[in-house]
Amino acid sequence: MDEISLNILDIVQNSIKAKASSISISIDIDRRKDLLSIIIKDNGEGMSKDQLEKVEDPFYTTRTTRKVGLGIPFFKYAAISTGGNFAISSNLGEGTVVRAEFIFSHIDRMPLGNIVETMHLLITMHQNIHFLYTYKLDNDIFSLDTKDLKEILGDIPFNVPEVSNFIKEFLLESHNEINRGSYI
Amino acid sequence: MKSLDELREIRERMQSQVSLRSEDHTQTRVVVGMATCGIASGARPILAALAEAVQEKKLDNVTVTQTGCIGLCQYEPVVEVIEPNKEKVTYVNMTVEKALEVVDLHLIKKEPVIKYTIGAVTDSAARRK
Repeated sequence: MDEISLNILDIVQNSIKAKASSISISIDIDRRKDLLSIIIKDNGEGMSKDQLEKVEDPFYTTRTTRKVGLGIPFFKYAAISTGGNFAISSNLGEGTVVRAEFIFSHIDRMPLGNIVETMHLLITMHQNIHFLYTYKLDNDIFSLDTKDLKEILGDIPFNVPEVSNFIKEFLLESHNEINRGSYI
Repeated sequence: MKSLDELREIRERMQSQVSLRSEDHTQTRVVVGMATCGIASGARPILAALAEAVQEKKLDNVTVTQTGCIGLCQYEPVVEVIEPNKEKVTYVNMTVEKALEVVDLHLIKKEPVIKYTIGAVTDSAARRK
């Protein structure tokens, strides 16, 4: 994968598969500290100690359609190869937290990429899941809580064209305003 | 910058006209594989393009969704079209361009694009051997 936003989309699929009803995704970029941190937290089924130990192993997977599980190893490698950190914590019945820290200026740090497409697809394709998304660049912060969208929209679904387009434009403009032309 | 107030206006406009779409047996489902294998091979822009095209062309009887690993990792991105009372059609090695062709030919004109299906792709691979 060549964009961190693709890893995020991939890791969130694990939360969805673990039947999470609430998922928070936070991206925090601090250029003075030279760090880009991602935290993905869900309230899904969680993992046992035993599972948690194996989950960073590429030859471990819960699926039955193939024998390797590369999602977490890819994400971990992407972070570690910049000199950053990676950690997962989880409790059965409570949920899982995945943390990845990238050294922002490292030559091997992949670009964040199209995070708007990742978030737009997650929100519009999984209306029954509550998403809390936060994007922070230095001192500027943008957050979108799908509870607020639901409250305004009532029973109008997110995937009707007008609403879906609004969500996409809202995400795009908010990121552009915070990024002020810098390429993250 | 956009604010959520704009969403309130959209809701006001729509409230009267929204008929909730019935997700029943008359719906055609378009399913994109979005496991690690799919995402790494380019499934995200394909899912986005399909969802947008179906909206734009007002194909109310089509639902675009995502699924996990279908077990055809070497053929990702994979897109399945499941029409009511018909056999599922599995498209492999998809791109955004091919997906849009599938929208026009398969979903609108009801002519599956045989050359992109798993059957056609594995046949031609077998012939090359």
